[in-house]
Amino acid sequence: MSGDVVIETQELTKTFGELVAVDNVSMTVPRGRIYGFLGPNGSGKSTTIRMLCGLLVPTAGEVSVLGVDVREDPEALRRRIGYMTQRFSHYEDLTVGENLQFMAEIYGIPRSARRTAVERQIERFGLGEGRDQLTGTMSGGQRQRLALAAVTQHEPDLLFLDEPTSAVDPESRREFWEFLFDLVDHGTTVLVTTHFMDEAERCHALAILDRGVLVADGAPKQLMADMLASVVEVEGENLRQVREVLIVNEAVIDVAQLGSRLHVLVDPREERSADFVAEAIDANGLSAESKLISPSLEDVFVMATLGRVGK
Amino acid sequence: MQFSITRVLAITRKEFNHLRRDHLTGGMVVGIPIVMTLLFGYAINNDVRNLEAATVDEADTRASRALLADAGATQVVRIVGSAGSPMELQRRIAAGEISVGIVVPADFEERLAKGKRPLGQLLIDDSDPVILSAARALALLPATTSDQRTPSATFEVRALYNPERRSALFIVPGLCGVILTLTMVLFTSIAIVRERERGNLELLITTPVLSLELMIGKIVPYTFIGYVQVSLILMLGYYLFDMPIRGSLAELYTGVGIFVVSVLTLGLFISTAANTQFQAFQMTFMSFLPQLLLSGFMFPFEGMPKAAQWLAEVFPLTHFLRIVRGIVLRDAELSMLTPDIWPLAAFFIVGMTVATFRFRKRLE
Repeated sequence: MSGDVVIETQELTKTFGELVAVDNVSMTVPRGRIYGFLGPNGSGKSTTIRMLCGLLVPTAGEVSVLGVDVREDPEALRRRIGYMTQRFSHYEDLTVGENLQFMAEIYGIPRSARRTAVERQIERFGLGEGRDQLTGTMSGGQRQRLALAAVTQHEPDLLFLDEPTSAVDPESRREFWEFLFDLVDHGTTVLVTTHFMDEAERCHALAILDRGVLVADGAPKQLMADMLASVVEVEGENLRQVREVLIVNEAVIDVAQLGSRLHVLVDPREERSADFVAEAIDANGLSAESKLISPSLEDVFVMATLGRVGK
Repeated sequence: MQFSITRVLAITRKEFNHLRRDHLTGGMVVGIPIVMTLLFGYAINNDVRNLEAATVDEADTRASRALLADAGATQVVRIVGSAGSPMELQRRIAAGEISVGIVVPADFEERLAKGKRPLGQLLIDDSDPVILSAARALALLPATTSDQRTPSATFEVRALYNPERRSALFIVPGLCGVILTLTMVLFTSIAIVRERERGNLELLITTPVLSLELMIGKIVPYTFIGYVQVSLILMLGYYLFDMPIRGSLAELYTGVGIFVVSVLTLGLFISTAANTQFQAFQMTFMSFLPQLLLSGFMFPFEGMPKAAQWLAEVFPLTHFLRIVRGIVLRDAELSMLTPDIWPLAAFFIVGMTVATFRFRKRLE
């Protein structure tokens, strides 16, 4: 494994009884990047992360993290990774300071450096006001900052974040991502799962998971460029009817409504996609404006989960 | 990975912080010993006294009146009145008004003179076995009358340690063991399962912490709690029930320490088997009941079938009862009690090893 690759899996598979939670996932995560797992609930994101941390043993396949074979020796990884669980997993009956101190001790930060480490995290993550507050009484955003502070205190090489922003407001989410880019700037590699498109778009690279299968991966821009569909935006009245008319068309892959607009994914073999859509609408006695637009990540996601992404 | 004292202390400090803020558990630490000691010390009393009794004296002679007075003087029964007929006594027993009926028949003087047939009859509410055994003792009451000498008892009973036969003396030292067996197992098993339920464990097992560090870190604070509870029980016993502490306090506390860590490993073991706090609770009680019943606290150990005795020898409580009764009541030295110390030590080592190996740093 080269020094620039942090995670490498080959045909990683996990089954729980009949259920195949992760199905032959092969991927490579480069150093110093934010790598995103995008997928709906139950797509195998958390299970994959847990296998990468050594919390679950893969049913089949190879997994190497930071040059360590996780199946063989998960303990060798512990000090070098940080894991922020989906559910807040610090002690709600301890204060911010106590939680940070506990994690500093558990991660073996030497006594001389411990106090500085705790203080540094409190300042960096803006936890000064609440340092003596019981964690259970804090807001979602504060808890999330504490969680990130606690798992980055020992300066891990690799950080796993499992849906870190699902319980916080957009303001806190934006702030959170600033913290992540700071960490990456210092050489940390971040693997983050999300089901927010705007978050996925911030990642350097993405893997889209659907029912345990890796259906697409690459940089967000590249994924959008490679998309095997053109996107036509339709604006007008009676959009529900327009949608009915379009969706029965063979060249139309998917139609999604966004307020007073429709996003129509059209098979790329239909070259005059905008005109094609406009004609289909006119032919049914409806009126709406159609124009070709560049695809968004959501369009990529829809295509990927429909199994129509060239990979 | 190296074993780290820092991590053990980190967990210990964290546990103390949990305890400090968990008022329910904090209340149980102090409340269970106080309530149970008072209950067992005052209310649960094997010496039956003052059973309510009524009499039917069909003879109504000087001797019969003297016999009834003697029966009352034993304090086993308290004569609350007389009835017209044995039938009425039966009715009053059935109604629960009295527990014992004493019938002196009309031919009492004749029976007394011949000395062959029983002098009278005791009607007993033997729906309660305790009353039955107390009444049996009453049946042996010698009939002392002025003109009749009673044969003296064959044996004189001389009690060495508890001549007044006060139950509290037997019960309070044993209660230390019973209470610790319950609370120690409950607190530790729940402390770990709670972390599993709240998701703390998912984080903790991705950290460098070792199973053994986690186990020891959990044992230390609860050992301290155990000492607090024992001290509380002994103080209540000493001040409320005049229980003497005849042996060395230092040796007693050494014995307590060995016992506490051995029952704590039982709690740790349960915590590796239970998934929810409720399961931990159930398993704790499942393990507690046989210990309570077979250890010799409730029933005499010697009276149990051999198989039950062998099973009981596994329980830490059985050995601790012998240690604590030995030191507190008989002024025994700890060195005399080694046959009961090594089984505790063995239980600790086996329990700790099994719990540590069963605690996997995995989610499945």
